[in-house]
Amino acid sequence: MSGPARSAPGAATKQARRRRSSGIGVPIARSRFLMIAVAVFVGLGLAWWAATGLEWVKPIFLPSPASVATQIAKLATDGTLWLDLRASAYRISIGFLIASALSIPIGVLIGSFRSWEAGIEPLVDFIRYMPVVAFVPLSILWAGTGDTQKFLIIFIGTFFQQVLMIMDNVKRVPADFIGLGRTLGLPDRKILTRIVVPSALPGIWDTLRISLGWAWTWLVLAELVAATSGLGYRITVSQRYFQTNTIIGYILLLGLLGLITDQVMKALEKVLFRQDGHSQ
Amino acid sequence: MTVPKLRIAGLDKSFGTGERRTQVLRDINLDLADNEFVSLVGTSGCGKSTLLSIVAGLQDFDAGDLSIDGAPILQPGLDRGVVFQSYTLLPWLTARQNIEFALKAAGYDRAACREIALEHLDLVKLSQSADRYPSELSGGMKQRVAIARALSYRPKMLLMDEPFGALDALTRHHMQELLTQIWEEHRLTVLFVTHDVEEAVYLSDRIVVMGIGPGRIMQTFNVDIERPRREEVMETPAFMDLQRGVHKAIREASRRPEMA
Ligand SMILES: Nc1ncnc2c1ncn2[C@@H]1O[C@H](COP(=O)(O)OP(=O)(O)O)[C@@H](O)[C@H]1O
Ligand SMILES: [Mg+2]
Repeated sequence: MSGPARSAPGAATKQARRRRSSGIGVPIARSRFLMIAVAVFVGLGLAWWAATGLEWVKPIFLPSPASVATQIAKLATDGTLWLDLRASAYRISIGFLIASALSIPIGVLIGSFRSWEAGIEPLVDFIRYMPVVAFVPLSILWAGTGDTQKFLIIFIGTFFQQVLMIMDNVKRVPADFIGLGRTLGLPDRKILTRIVVPSALPGIWDTLRISLGWAWTWLVLAELVAATSGLGYRITVSQRYFQTNTIIGYILLLGLLGLITDQVMKALEKVLFRQDGHSQ
Repeated sequence: MTVPKLRIAGLDKSFGTGERRTQVLRDINLDLADNEFVSLVGTSGCGKSTLLSIVAGLQDFDAGDLSIDGAPILQPGLDRGVVFQSYTLLPWLTARQNIEFALKAAGYDRAACREIALEHLDLVKLSQSADRYPSELSGGMKQRVAIARALSYRPKMLLMDEPFGALDALTRHHMQELLTQIWEEHRLTVLFVTHDVEEAVYLSDRIVVMGIGPGRIMQTFNVDIERPRREEVMETPAFMDLQRGVHKAIREASRRPEMA
């Protein structure tokens, strides 16, 4: 207040800006965001390291970070890790592809035509609420304990959700886009392929990205219960031998894999739908 | 007697069924002459958009006759170009591709599509932005592309539903000038919906005032203002008188009979 009149507004702005560095919806610098995020990871890592180093917990319940790292490194060098990874990656790829290949056309169909919606949506909505876990025994009965059963569980876990979400993506296509197609004299089939699908595609991609995240969970579930290979299988076996370091290493690895696939899908989204503001 | 470009005769339209059935349009009679620019004005909810979309063939109607050049309107078609209020540019296509999309639907070959699209972008003064995506265009630019698209395949008439309604005042003025200029040069039958009376007077040959409850035509004004019209015409007494007259008519027309 006492300074020259010229600098007073500047000071006031600075003060106002400082006051606005937190609060609902107030943006923060990217560097600051990253710093906080990294700090949380580092903090948790340190806590883990300290808890095990100071022997607050027994290694059998929580092994040290170093023990987990060496165990994973050992499994990587003797090839076990890669075999597990390959088996799981194969299962999730096929299971997810089957679910998506069916859910996209069905979702588009029931999002576009009311009678198809009436025929399919209530049924799917019903099945969606049946717990996937409860299908595991049935899936083993139907498909044994091989890869087919893994596909089946991934399918049950993702397909029904995908169908409903894709239906929603399609319904979000602006009505005037369809009106445009009709005023151009396009038949329904062309309106569907040239307007509705391209318009819903960014949303559908997002649905796939989200459901791929869930697919990891269903994969591991299926492998935990009945399998002879895969990441989930290794976790079950390790429990038998009290190899907690393998279990924790694999859980961290699964988290990392989920994160990576999500980031890859997001990156692809930017490439594929670059020009699109998503909605206008 | 010549056949009008567009004939709307005894048109009725209701929404809903049973107890909730309400009549939105009652006994609409309106003829548009060849190359006539007609505006529909009226309070919101009086059925302007409904009428336009019936003419576009996007909605059905209960009773009446609709024809273009004497041929009944049964469905949407390329003989009527439509410009919607929302920017209906497909976001995954560039400005030029959006126009080519319509031309392709109209059956033009590749080379012709490109040439005609560029020609029409030039018409709306957007040649520089041919390869930009809608997300990179302002609202006014998007609507210019939409107009170019609707004109590109040479429809017999143009239907526009508050095309400038979402634009700021200054952009709206530019668009009105551009549209008048294009129209005066190329001439086309236009049915134009707006709630902006100044816009209606500036653009039209004739203004149709609609009333509410149910929507019907209350009054018609001929706009005998000389063309070509430039912005200055809005300051003339004749223009302002007419504007006042239309305003008054809308006010009177929007008093619902049951409220009077
Ligand atoms: N699809 C619809 N279903 C039911 N009522 C509708 C529908 N479309 C419009 N209406 C009703 O019809 C009346 C006229 O609407 P509209 O033609 O949009 O008016 P305007 O364009 O003049 O504002 C309004 O009362 C509106 O609520
Ligand atoms: Mg309207």
